[in-house]
Amino acid sequence: MIIAIASGKGGTGKTTVAVNLAQLYTGPLQLLDCDVEEPNLHLFLPTGEVDEEIITVPIPVVDENLCDGCRACSDLCEFNAIIVPKKVALVFPEMCHSCGGCMMVCPQKAIKEKEQRIGIIRRSRTGSIQLIQGLIDVGVTSVPPLIRAVKKRVDPALSVLIDAPPGTSCPVVTSVRGAGYVILVTEPTPFGLHDLALAVEMVRSLGLAFGVVINRVGIGDERVQEYCRREKIDILLEIADDRRIAEAYSRGQLACEAVPEFRQSISVLKERLEKLAVLHAAGRRS
Amino acid sequence: MKIAFTTSGENLDAPLDPRFGRAPRFLLYSMDSGNIELISNEQNLSAAQGAGIQAAETLLRAGADALVTGHCGPKAFKVLSAAGVAVYNTTLATVKEALAAYKAGELKLADEANVEGHWS
Repeated sequence: MIIAIASGKGGTGKTTVAVNLAQLYTGPLQLLDCDVEEPNLHLFLPTGEVDEEIITVPIPVVDENLCDGCRACSDLCEFNAIIVPKKVALVFPEMCHSCGGCMMVCPQKAIKEKEQRIGIIRRSRTGSIQLIQGLIDVGVTSVPPLIRAVKKRVDPALSVLIDAPPGTSCPVVTSVRGAGYVILVTEPTPFGLHDLALAVEMVRSLGLAFGVVINRVGIGDERVQEYCRREKIDILLEIADDRRIAEAYSRGQLACEAVPEFRQSISVLKERLEKLAVLHAAGRRS
Repeated sequence: MKIAFTTSGENLDAPLDPRFGRAPRFLLYSMDSGNIELISNEQNLSAAQGAGIQAAETLLRAGADALVTGHCGPKAFKVLSAAGVAVYNTTLATVKEALAAYKAGELKLADEANVEGHWS
């Protein structure tokens, strides 16, 4: 089963939950770092050799000798990525969503595509964990194509954990779409609650099964728990606030190795997820 | 020869809008006849992105030969310069003042965008 770990608010503990959960899995596991603007899972997992792959997207190129400036392309493009200022179409690659529509509607067949680099994918291994990370190039503003490329490397035969970026916008939707289950990590603060509600709205719109992990319990109030009860949302785990977890994180150390109570918490979470995976598989068969 | 001014108003006394892509409308002034034409840019006010590119195309379709505005970003500038439209940046407050400065040759022709593109 593919399990995505997301949160509305940043800094609630997605990465902590993802890497520690991955560490406690016994069988082969794929761990996907879809936070391609700031991937950091490798900091917590000692990996060996890293295999890098360049990822590209197709961008239109106009043959100025064939283009007659008819504007069929610019009339079609929803993103203003191709425009006809005078006689010949002009392309703005950074606006392009690589749909190929301009090429299809061009009556002169003046548009071809070229591959433009947007980032890289890094694959490495640590024990039974296969780590796949996307890293977007500086200056590239549209990240979903790279996230989709990372997700294309999923092996459906394996257990898969996806670390999503924070927020609820396109990169997050792209990361969690298609997951069998989504873990929303939050914290018991007004910010945590506010952004959790947004994240809940997002996963519900996508029709995904989900539950909540409340991290740093004790630093705020009970409103996140009350919200979950009111909305009939499963609270998968509550992690008590513990400075040792933050200290381990800051050293790039796995909290489950530094704090026994935390390891116990993540084990409980893992068991719950394994039960869900069995249900999920049963649901698929029926 | 038609000169476009960015504005939120409808006549020469109106304020000059410092924005190009998200200006509510363009006032086109004909240097030959002194006639005024108003062109809406409303569809761009809430555009997620590409407002400058779209606004530039609107101006080209309207037959503008020059643009007087506060700020013009890199993509809009690229479209306008590809079509040979001269861009002038000014901080003058009203269309009337900007027009007088244009006629007196006091406005400086921009040779590049004077603001960065933005993403949000």
